[in-house]
Amino acid sequence: MTPGSPTADPHPIHEAEDPHLAKKKFLHDAAEHVRDTGHRAFVRKALGGYYASRDTQKARYRDWEQARDAASLAKWSAVNRLDELLPQFVANFEANGGKVHWARTAEEARDIILGLLRAAKAKAVIKSKCMTSEEIHLNAAMEADGYGVVESDLGEFIQQLRGEPPYHFVFPCMHVRREEISDLFGKHLGTAPTDSPEELTMIARRHMRRLYIDADVGITGANFLVAETGQISITENEGNARLTAALPRMHISISGIEKVVANLDDLAVLLPMLATAGAGQPMTCYNTLYAGPRKPGECDGPEEMHLVLIDNQRTAILADPEQRDSLHCIRCGACLNVCPIFKNVGGFTYGTTYQGPIGSVITPHLRGLADWNHLSGASSLCGACTDACPVRIDIHHHLLHNRRNAAKTAPNRWEKLGHRLFVMVASRPWLFAAGGAAFRHTLWLMKKLRPPLLRDWLATRDLPAAPRASFRSQWRARS
Amino acid sequence: MSVSTSTTSSARDTILGRIREALRMPAPLPHMKSHAAEESATGGPKGLTILPADVARPWLPDGGDTPEERLALLTENLGKLRAEVHRVADTAAAAALLAGIAHDRGWRKVAWHGHPATEPLAAAVGCEAHRVDGTAFDKNALEACDAGITACDAAVAQTGSILVSSGHCGGRALSILPHVHVVIVSLDQIVATLGDALDLVRSRYAGRLPSMLSFITGPSRTGDIERILVLGAHGPKELIVILVG
Repeated sequence: MTPGSPTADPHPIHEAEDPHLAKKKFLHDAAEHVRDTGHRAFVRKALGGYYASRDTQKARYRDWEQARDAASLAKWSAVNRLDELLPQFVANFEANGGKVHWARTAEEARDIILGLLRAAKAKAVIKSKCMTSEEIHLNAAMEADGYGVVESDLGEFIQQLRGEPPYHFVFPCMHVRREEISDLFGKHLGTAPTDSPEELTMIARRHMRRLYIDADVGITGANFLVAETGQISITENEGNARLTAALPRMHISISGIEKVVANLDDLAVLLPMLATAGAGQPMTCYNTLYAGPRKPGECDGPEEMHLVLIDNQRTAILADPEQRDSLHCIRCGACLNVCPIFKNVGGFTYGTTYQGPIGSVITPHLRGLADWNHLSGASSLCGACTDACPVRIDIHHHLLHNRRNAAKTAPNRWEKLGHRLFVMVASRPWLFAAGGAAFRHTLWLMKKLRPPLLRDWLATRDLPAAPRASFRSQWRARS
Repeated sequence: MSVSTSTTSSARDTILGRIREALRMPAPLPHMKSHAAEESATGGPKGLTILPADVARPWLPDGGDTPEERLALLTENLGKLRAEVHRVADTAAAAALLAGIAHDRGWRKVAWHGHPATEPLAAAVGCEAHRVDGTAFDKNALEACDAGITACDAAVAQTGSILVSSGHCGGRALSILPHVHVVIVSLDQIVATLGDALDLVRSRYAGRLPSMLSFITGPSRTGDIERILVLGAHGPKELIVILVG
């Protein structure tokens, strides 16, 4: 372990140990979180600046909606030609001098990476933000094997020190207050307290510089795999991914198979849209294309570059034409930022690698619909997510599709009974009228009697006035 | 290594097999807002719809139609990104300007790479100048430098981005490790859009891509603490762009 590097185990403590408890945990955490009005106000405030800058940047597009068409078509045509583009990408990537490894599952991916670390006799590993590595629980596996690993992205570093997974897959520590970060750095790095975000950032900067230089292996994610050229595109703001891929002698990149795009022209659309939708920027600070390890004539760079391509249930989503477009996701996080559920229940409540609306769509595919269907209900179906998505994924309809699929595979007996009763009543006008009359009278009676069971509730509220006659008879009287 | 080649090759065959199987069922086209996209979409390979490269360009942010517009837009965007922009007439003036900056800010050591655009600046900078290429690369020496001076491949008016490559701009670390990045842009390197810059990459490097190409859009930044913008997260705190011409 590198001196001064965090010892916290970033194992997903917020994930339910037993998947059957996922729903219980969700309901429990959601109820807790919703009561924490201070936290909710803090998260809303943190997102306030995002809305303003996103709208400013969107206005710079000559036609944002048509640009979304182009972006969605670019991803659509790539995902639907994956059988052709993925081999093309791999051939070009290897022609550039990189080595590709294929992993069907999270376990295979971890084994491949641990094997590479062993072969490289790695002592210190530096990592830049990579959600796919969170998905496969890489850090815990590396630490179990005795490798020290440091997250270099500021937000991820803070989360690593806190022993928590990311709260939001783009803004990992947006829920943490600066005082907490100051205390955290004081405890782990021995720095003096400060309430300045700038000074806190500089503490992490100073701490990390030595670690980039001393690391043997750098691990990064990938935002796009360009089939035309075999390049890997990595988007970041801080420069930590650039350093991670520049100084260590081995560069390992981890990517889902769905990240392929056909060519550089598609990047010219997707890179600015990712930045605008995700963080309200014209472009993210560094958008870097890697084509293999150091080339002859170049003065620096790694000697080896490896890419681990991960399936981990993505082909199962691909096999569902209805929801195939959820593989178009470019992980900008826009749907989280606008989601009323995310803002109220918070990132940890989901218990998933990918939070928010898109996480609610894909997690049941990645981990099983039976245990994760409750996420399909974590939506008001307002459609804000679908509206925000730069690649036009039909997010809120997919939540409905998942509900339908879950009902098909594991029907809820009570729900079924309820619907059957409704059909019985609604298809018999006399019964419907009788039911309405019964309800009107009950309401009138409740208002009159104020039964003890309702007294607390009625102390601050009033029941609506019971109408004298049914709607249907009022309508008849009118015409 | 614990994973034998046969395991990964069978993993490859399994994954590619699953993909082929999955794609036998076609997916509906995405819901599109504009008829423009639908009308310009043409049958691509395998009869699948793709959008020709130039169709989306008029929908993205403007890149300027004339060299004057592009220069104005680039300067404006760099300013918004909190980069420092200077315009000088020629390389000699650039060298004098940089010597002044180095003196004012008390730089003790700068790093540079061998290139006609950077050499006169390194020669005149007035402090120790460490050349990163030519001899064995020394990351500790580079880390000790106050600034890295590089050439660029292109500058993008549309976004205020500077394109650097490992092949022509001193490798991977020079533009990211020192606290200040000084980049020399000659006016004829300014292009309108990202698409134009990527076209340039295609024509300049076809078949022999540099191992790294990076669009740098302002000094390094983060908003990870309470979403408050801080410059200089891990990369350069300052980006000094010297426009020559």
